[in-house]
Amino acid sequence: MEYFLTDEQKMIIELAHKIAVEKIAPVTEKYDESGEFPWDIVKVMSDADLFGLYIPEAYGGMGGGVMELVIAVEELSRICGGISLSLAATALGTFPILLFGTEEQKKKYLPPLAKGTKLAAFGLTEANAGSDASGIETTAKKDGDYYILNGTKQWITNGGEADTYTIIAMTDKKKGARGATAFILEKGMPGFSFGKKENKMGIRASATRELVFSDCKVHKNQILGREGMGFIVAMKTLDQSRPGVAAQALGIAQGAFDKAIEYARQRVQFGKPIISFQAVSHMLADMATQTEAARALVYECSRLIDSGAKDVSKLSAMAKVFASDVAMKVTIDAVQVFGGYGYMKEYPVEKMMRDAKITQIYEGTNQIQRNVIAQELIKEQASKK
Amino acid sequence: MNIVVCIKQVPGTTDVKISEKTNTLVREGVESIINPFDVYAIEEAIRIKEKVGGKVTILSMGPPQAKEAIKEAIAMGADEGILLSDRAFAGSDTWATGYTLSMGIKKISSFDLIICGKQAIDGDTAQVGPGVAEALGLPFVAYVRKVEEIKEGYIRCERMMEEGYEVIEMSLPALITVVKEINEPRLPSLKGMMRAKKAEIATWTAQDLSAEPANIGLTGSPTQVVKIFSPPARPGGEMILGEIGEQAEKLVARLRELKIV
Ligand SMILES: Cc1cc2nc3c(=O)[nH]c(=O)nc-3n(C[C@H](O)[C@H](O)[C@H](O)COP(=O)(O)OP(=O)(O)OC[C@H]3O[C@@H](n4cnc5c(N)ncnc54)[C@H](O)[C@@H]3O)c2cc1C
Ligand SMILES: Cc1cc2nc3c(=O)[nH]c(=O)nc-3n(C[C@H](O)[C@H](O)[C@H](O)COP(=O)(O)OP(=O)(O)OC[C@H]3O[C@@H](n4cnc5c(N)ncnc54)[C@H](O)[C@@H]3O)c2cc1C
Repeated sequence: MEYFLTDEQKMIIELAHKIAVEKIAPVTEKYDESGEFPWDIVKVMSDADLFGLYIPEAYGGMGGGVMELVIAVEELSRICGGISLSLAATALGTFPILLFGTEEQKKKYLPPLAKGTKLAAFGLTEANAGSDASGIETTAKKDGDYYILNGTKQWITNGGEADTYTIIAMTDKKKGARGATAFILEKGMPGFSFGKKENKMGIRASATRELVFSDCKVHKNQILGREGMGFIVAMKTLDQSRPGVAAQALGIAQGAFDKAIEYARQRVQFGKPIISFQAVSHMLADMATQTEAARALVYECSRLIDSGAKDVSKLSAMAKVFASDVAMKVTIDAVQVFGGYGYMKEYPVEKMMRDAKITQIYEGTNQIQRNVIAQELIKEQASKK
Repeated sequence: MNIVVCIKQVPGTTDVKISEKTNTLVREGVESIINPFDVYAIEEAIRIKEKVGGKVTILSMGPPQAKEAIKEAIAMGADEGILLSDRAFAGSDTWATGYTLSMGIKKISSFDLIICGKQAIDGDTAQVGPGVAEALGLPFVAYVRKVEEIKEGYIRCERMMEEGYEVIEMSLPALITVVKEINEPRLPSLKGMMRAKKAEIATWTAQDLSAEPANIGLTGSPTQVVKIFSPPARPGGEMILGEIGEQAEKLVARLRELKIV
């Protein structure tokens, strides 16, 4: 399909494709097995300028937007949805600084993130606060010019590997949703340590880890936005970053389809390639259709965000829900097309099926996304009367 | 340190066809790539530049579309490129190619080091690098697997041998040809690709080079290609089976029969 990409966007795709095929493909299995963090590939992506795609040139980036990030994440995820997450999750941790940082904060933190010499992470979730972020229990108590942080964040992508962290903590429990504040933290600060690294079903090349704060002293200059704006920072960040997860899902779906159609043409049963059976070819037709529809929605949403539109929650949620549901369905079908081979680790599609599942869960589960879409629909209806 | 890297655009497939009329490669419809060994030459030049500063100039002789290969090198980090392109260059053998490239390098005039890949995967002669050095009257080392030290007027490198390696010191300006053991080439960067897209690649003709007409193209090529063909596959050998003693007897009998002994 023709998406009217600019020459520069076509270049990004070409470059990300080269990296995925030449550098990532040979190591996906290794990292999926070991669960180690793929620093060698991060270096390749950094040398190629991919970490700076969506960061303004003034801070050392390439000056693109969400669309530029999304097409790169999609292309990398076609080969490995775990390794590509080092980039997408760094964007998740960087958006709060881009959106709410002061000039000073931007000058300090963005250049190494744009170069990819440092990674970022975003810490909202806790053991008792997942979908219901308002339940967070990490506290930040004011003490002169400082805040003292105590608590534990759970399942933080890039945890332990990143240098720059955006953390949401409660500065005033009594104020409820208006009592949370966003802070920029740096690895190595006294009182900031890392807990358990998770052993996961999929995206095993991505680090998912606990962040532990015990009397961690943070200067007030590290606040993003103002005290009490923590949930606004988080929600606006997630609106921007959801297309990134959607792109990860889209790439996984496309990658699984690529493998499935190639296999269906060469696998012979009953004396014919299995693609000649309508039961198989219709499955492939649906996979291709769903993937293309997801792409159209993800690109449209990314372009809307880049146009500077204010209200992007609905489309952003739609893109995330749709692309991730497609990724799950397409990868399950890809395993089906491969038959028994699809179930084996020697073949690539079982990993894709495991990797796809997370996209329906994180950055807001698909149930929560549907809640968001429904709320927006209700608002739209109400404003018509 | 000014470095010139000579690169060749070659067909990116092992399934090459040869025209029966001209006895040369059929290039139409075949995807072109930078000769793989030349990519190591480009990488080494960029590494030297990153270490000691300077400029990397890419030089290629070929049809206008070879500009694409030069741009790929710029995307990796080379500074500029020059294409030697003229109908008069067509049909050059290794000698004429060496001469033509040397004339291009003379015109560039300021250079300390010339790097070539050890050979091109289409012709496989490994002659052009040394040929350029000879035409320029420069010292050269072929099959370099490591540049140990390089500074103003001096290079020390390792030449790969069948077994082991030699350490060679040489004064600059000079030429080296490199093997793939020397480094791991980088991928292009996005900034590099954007620079490459805008880059103007100068094209120099035979006239621009003040090349001697008798030395270029088909006329300047002492090699005459009479015929190119794929040699027939070697027929399978004859297996002699049985106990050792029995085998020896059968072998001797067979050799006698063939009047070899
Ligand atoms: C690999 C991985 C990486 C992650 N990375 C990060 C990260 O970098 N930063 C970060 O902050 N968090 C991260 N998370 C956390 C992730 O965002 C949460 O897991 C997610 O928001 C869901 O929260 P939960 O797991 O506590 O599920 P719960 O909230 O307990 O949900 C359980 C189930 O109940 C459903 N549910 C809950 N409430 C409702 C409702 N109101 N209506 C309908 N259904 C509902 C959910 O949809 C889900 O199906 C990560 C998680 C994983 C697994
Ligand atoms: C864990 C595991 C345990 C197993 N255990 C045993 C065992 O104990 N004993 C044993 O004998 N086998 C066993 N098998 C093999 C299993 O029965 C086969 O994998 C299964 O029959 C499918 O065959 P296939 O994998 O060759 O897929 P294929 O036959 O190649 O099928 C590939 C795809 O094409 C479709 N397809 C093929 N032909 C047609 C058609 N005519 N019309 C429409 N669609 C078609 C299939 O539905 C599938 O989606 C096992 C397999 C696994 C993975």
